[in-house]
Amino acid sequence: MSQTATEPSATRRPDAATLLGRVAPLVFLLVLMFVFSVLEPRFLSELNLFNVMRQISITGLIALGMTFVILTGGIDLSVGSVVALAGLVAGALNKGSSANSLSLDDTVAAGYPLIVSVGAAALVGLGAGLVQGVAITTLDVPPFVVTLGGLSAFRGAALLYSGGGPISSFDDTYRFWGQGKIGPMPVPVIVFLGFALLCHIVLRHTRYGRHVYAVGGNAEAARLSGLNVRALTLSVYVIVGLFAGIAGFVLSSRLNSAEAVAGLGYELTVIASVVIGGTSLFGGIGSVAGTVVGAILIGVLINGLVLMNVSPYVQQIIIGVIIVLAVAFDRFVKGRRRR
Amino acid sequence: MARESPPLLALHGITKRFPGVTALADVSLDVRAGEVLGLLGENGAGKSTLLKIVSGAQRPDAGTITWQGETATLATPHQAQQRGIVTIYQEFNLVPDLTIAENVFIGREPLRATGLIDWPRLARDTGDVTRRIGLDLDPMMSVRDLSVAEQQMVEIARALSMQSRLIIMDEPTSALSETEVARLLRIMDSLRHAGLAVIFVTHRLTEATGVCDRVTVLRDGRLAGTRPVAGLEMDELIRMMVGRSAEQLYRRPATRRAPGPVRLSIRNLRTEGVTTHGTVLHGIDLDVRQGEIVGIAGLVGAGRTELARAVFGADPRAGGRIEVDGSPVRVHSPRDAIRAGIGLVPEDRKLQALFLALAVRHNFSIAALGQFLSFGVFVRERAEAEALEHYRRTLKIRMSSGEQMVVNLSGGNQQKVVLARWLALKPNVLIVDEPTRGVDIAAKAEVHELLDELAGNGIAVMAISSELPEVLAISDRIITMREGRITGDLPAAEATQEKLMALMTLAPVDA
Repeated sequence: MSQTATEPSATRRPDAATLLGRVAPLVFLLVLMFVFSVLEPRFLSELNLFNVMRQISITGLIALGMTFVILTGGIDLSVGSVVALAGLVAGALNKGSSANSLSLDDTVAAGYPLIVSVGAAALVGLGAGLVQGVAITTLDVPPFVVTLGGLSAFRGAALLYSGGGPISSFDDTYRFWGQGKIGPMPVPVIVFLGFALLCHIVLRHTRYGRHVYAVGGNAEAARLSGLNVRALTLSVYVIVGLFAGIAGFVLSSRLNSAEAVAGLGYELTVIASVVIGGTSLFGGIGSVAGTVVGAILIGVLINGLVLMNVSPYVQQIIIGVIIVLAVAFDRFVKGRRRR
Repeated sequence: MARESPPLLALHGITKRFPGVTALADVSLDVRAGEVLGLLGENGAGKSTLLKIVSGAQRPDAGTITWQGETATLATPHQAQQRGIVTIYQEFNLVPDLTIAENVFIGREPLRATGLIDWPRLARDTGDVTRRIGLDLDPMMSVRDLSVAEQQMVEIARALSMQSRLIIMDEPTSALSETEVARLLRIMDSLRHAGLAVIFVTHRLTEATGVCDRVTVLRDGRLAGTRPVAGLEMDELIRMMVGRSAEQLYRRPATRRAPGPVRLSIRNLRTEGVTTHGTVLHGIDLDVRQGEIVGIAGLVGAGRTELARAVFGADPRAGGRIEVDGSPVRVHSPRDAIRAGIGLVPEDRKLQALFLALAVRHNFSIAALGQFLSFGVFVRERAEAEALEHYRRTLKIRMSSGEQMVVNLSGGNQQKVVLARWLALKPNVLIVDEPTRGVDIAAKAEVHELLDELAGNGIAVMAISSELPEVLAISDRIITMREGRITGDLPAAEATQEKLMALMTLAPVDA
């Protein structure tokens, strides 16, 4: 009866689209690595690969915390500033004072033990997250605005605390966490991967993790299911703050120097890692595994471009384009799934 | 009606496939100018897909479309609109913060020579078209301040202002009260007399037979038949839809239980206008006994949902006492309510209950995760899956696995997942708000049976429904509400639709 009837094949558009969406970042990473290894043989050397991992370990740490925040549909722009402040506090405690110590007599430094530095860095981050989380949940100001304020305020606090100059030359136990190796593995990489595993378990296998997904997926439904949405929302900002604090310590350790301008622009790399890893900015969808892949992907991209002598300016353009394309691809795949 | 002229729109052999499912197989229908065509079918029968094809949102895999006798393609919503096909979806396409006038003429605002909007003319033109359908409101009112029924009329006004030839309404009555439904049906009738064609998609058979000239029934993506309404028996229509007869629909359980002691007691419950968006409650007193289903009937705006939400702690209260099993409970949040053994299946499944991007298993267990923990932290996924499997069997939830995304289930099965969520908590009191909205007839009967079973197990059930036959069928006792007050309380056995309607609409007798 229908003259224009065309029989489409029954297996058209399999649900592989969903699967593709999930593994796409990994596939893209592997393709990228293949391309770089062909164009530049140095890329695949063990030294270089560990180098890439060490470079991403710091923003990667923060990206782990950011995954929690973005899963709830929030955002934290203040992480770079928190990194600087936490690094300064940790460094100052190691040295025993916040005085700019470019002096050569650092053998007489009477600093506090490592645990104090690390604890203080964590506390600084936790406190920053707590303050912002409280503002978001009780003042009802959007996370974007609160943490934009934090971006400025914590940077200001870092400048104020340091008086503008760096704090450098820490003791061996301090430097170990940023510069040391266990076997061939740089310590910060081990820290990053260890925390990644922890976060994965928390998000996938604990009640708290389920609640984070629920709040991001549908806050009203979460509330009507008896979840304390306010406390959960507050908690993710504390988590990302904590990770920014730890990252601040690791960064100062790696550079053997803490300064108020450390971590500038980290929010971009961190958010990009999470988003490229497939976590939805609208919340409720995403994973730690994705974030780890996203972080490595950005590291590999930058490393490859550096090895190929591409100008850092061009690198920034490429990163920007990739972020947009990653989200566009994600939207495309998800749009397809919908009837 | 000129039967000889070619139909305005005709579909032949429309087939549409999605991954894993054939949504439509060889479906044909036609609609003429000056006719209201009913499009009926259970959820998942293919109505939505068919609508999307007609409105240009999706393209068929096979089949032809003719418009006024000529082959046509409706590849985009824009092409469909240019031919005069306008679809009014359940979720309105209005900008809430713009005025009625701006919404009606959005993108087509009359301009002055300067290129600026000619506001007086915009208001005048809007008034002309809204009055045609009896919407007598200031065109400069913000759409946000309108009721659902009024917003719908704004959509219809917009369709009329676009010189539409065919207006498709997708379940337009599901959110309306009885009087509003009657008004909408009158509007459809006037559209027909004005020479427009209307396709009316509905679940409610009496509405379809009340206004339509013909009905087309879909079942499982196939055409079950097209019949003129004149002389059509309700039984036949139901058989076409489900292959079951009308007595099986809304069947009242033969045996009713003797209700036990009071489980939920509400005294002088009040809310304040400043804190709630809906109707203000003025001193509600209500008892629900063990094993009893109390139906709450009322028009939209009567305060039924507001009552449910206030009891559940979802909205703040201005005063009143709530007791569960004789002891007073402090309920200031849903969390408190759940601790007190109260559950709420909310009115809007997708917005208030489901996590659409999550798996069925995660949706099911979210409120009861405490039962599935080891070391108080880790979710024991096997125990969780076993509990879900238990409810899948007892509630007959149709799903491929617990890992399936809940968005891919039909409305009825989604609702069962929400019910399972509460049952896992073993509640003392369960409040269900429109438990079968957007649920197909077969699943409706299952939900009704389920509620009956729960009451049989001793749960005090409070059931809100806009469908009077449903309230009558499932309740032991029926409370009517109007404007935030209780206006009637009668055993279901003594209640009739007429009695309830009178209590719901007339001024309350002084207490």
